Amino acid sequence: MSLSTQDVEKVARLARLAMSPSEIETSRNQLNGIFGLIAEMQAVDTDGVEPMSHSQDLAQRLREDKVTESNQREAFQAIAPQVEQGLFLVPKVIE
Amino acid sequence: MFESSLKQMGDALRARKISSVELTQSYLDRMARLNPQLNAYISIDAEKSLAQAKAADARLAAGSADALTGIPIAQKDIFCAKDWLTTCGSKMLHNFVSPYDAHIISQFNNAGAINLGKTNMDEFAMGSSNETSYYGPVKNPWDTARVPGGSSGGTAAAVAARLCAAATGTDTGGSIRQPAALCGISGLKPTYGVCSRYGMIAFASSLDQAGPMGRSAEDLALMMNVMAGFDERDSTSLQRDKEDYTRDLNKPLTGLRIGLPKEFFAEGMGADVAKAIEAAIAEYKKLGATIVDISLPNSKLSVPVYYVLAPAEASSNLSRFDGVRYGYRAPEYSDLADMYEKSRAQGFGAEVQRRIMIGTYVLSHGYYDAYYIKAQKIRRLIAQDFVEAYKQCDVIMGPTSPSTAFKLGEKGDDPVQMYLSDIYTIAVNLAGLPGMSIPCGFGDNDMPVGLQIIGNYFDEARMLNVAHQYQLATDWHSRAPQGI
Repeated sequence: MSLSTQDVEKVARLARLAMSPSEIETSRNQLNGIFGLIAEMQAVDTDGVEPMSHSQDLAQRLREDKVTESNQREAFQAIAPQVEQGLFLVPKVIE
Repeated sequence: MFESSLKQMGDALRARKISSVELTQSYLDRMARLNPQLNAYISIDAEKSLAQAKAADARLAAGSADALTGIPIAQKDIFCAKDWLTTCGSKMLHNFVSPYDAHIISQFNNAGAINLGKTNMDEFAMGSSNETSYYGPVKNPWDTARVPGGSSGGTAAAVAARLCAAATGTDTGGSIRQPAALCGISGLKPTYGVCSRYGMIAFASSLDQAGPMGRSAEDLALMMNVMAGFDERDSTSLQRDKEDYTRDLNKPLTGLRIGLPKEFFAEGMGADVAKAIEAAIAEYKKLGATIVDISLPNSKLSVPVYYVLAPAEASSNLSRFDGVRYGYRAPEYSDLADMYEKSRAQGFGAEVQRRIMIGTYVLSHGYYDAYYIKAQKIRRLIAQDFVEAYKQCDVIMGPTSPSTAFKLGEKGDDPVQMYLSDIYTIAVNLAGLPGMSIPCGFGDNDMPVGLQIIGNYFDEARMLNVAHQYQLATDWHSRAPQGI
């Protein structure tokens, strides 16, 4: 398997990473090297094997649906890039 | 005092032979002198540390001290600590002063330990040499032309250079054990779920685990008593009874069955590393252990499986860094999408972007089954190999890293070569097992070699016993780098 320039451009767009054409090429070469390593997996017979996401195979723990956190708006907004009147500011999205 | 064990320090503090303020100040003086050449710390805040030391002295005077009260502990900069700059080694968080404490930080605060500073690390814990840190590479105290390993390289260098009494690390694919090996110290990655991940900046959530790094197994046991425990704020934290990790330290090793996986002693391991590991195994035989030959046939697949699963989880976790609520925002942008793309491209370094790209690709439409699900299936095969192996042995041993510390810049251009330096550690994370590394000698260029000890699930106390008995019989762990 080998990634094309278009493949890498698409992945960069999905990942929300701005990349110049030369960065796309560098990334393509490195990703192809890494996917060469990853390709070893394909030869393994995994028929009937359950995928494993957690070593203890635990079920998700549930808790009561009640408020446990206090409001810390000021502390959280103090470290934000741009705020106004308690809101996080972003460039205009809707005309 | 810098060579004292945590137990000796605690005894001296409780006997009021030294105050926590004096002890903390002596470490701060040493850090001021040595950190500029090692770059082990990203943040040092003497005022904050000394305020904690003063409070610890009051607690010591009141006779309500715990084992670590008043002892200066360094924290990897992946742990959010309230009012401390918490960067995770990234430009993305260059201005992030945490509004809250990670569970691990609260545990140390409750124990009365002193936060001595935040240690340098590979950016978002992605790296095996500490060279991906936005704050510059850490130097290995044994040879400052060499890397300390990664990602907990700042912690490893700080412990080795006696710039803290002990410290925390995190391990996703070897990030506690490999730097411990390369810097000649001891480090333990507990069973997945034993230490809470709350407030520990996420890399690959199904693999990330916090653990202690220090100068001896006995010190690690005392650190584990503070770090381990259930936390409802981490959905994968395990509900288990509180353990005393020092309880088995003094048991003899007679009858211990040590499994040696043939795959760990095959091609790839340096001759100098092999020699030190063989000598350590011989020492264990003298201590009464028996050797069992075992096989972990699927362990060779660990690296490819890891480089699917970890980047996939990372690409999801790191999607939260968008320049909106905290962290870096690009100075110029045309619209919302441009702001996201430029903030992330400028805020993340090359290795982090590479892993986000791999992860985004393997999770994208049409590839999910072929990569992510396939990797999760092989993950189970890798874990089952260990289950089979533990029917024949109590612990598994082998090298931690195929080589001793390499030179800064040596593997810079080839990500695949760097990834292969974690070949012996990654399977342990995939299986969720506890693993540790202890110093067991020196290889070429007089650089330290680490012995890896892998335990069965929840067998940390036994592993600490196995390491402690070796450290009673040998002195590799008490060697300190010269000129530091």
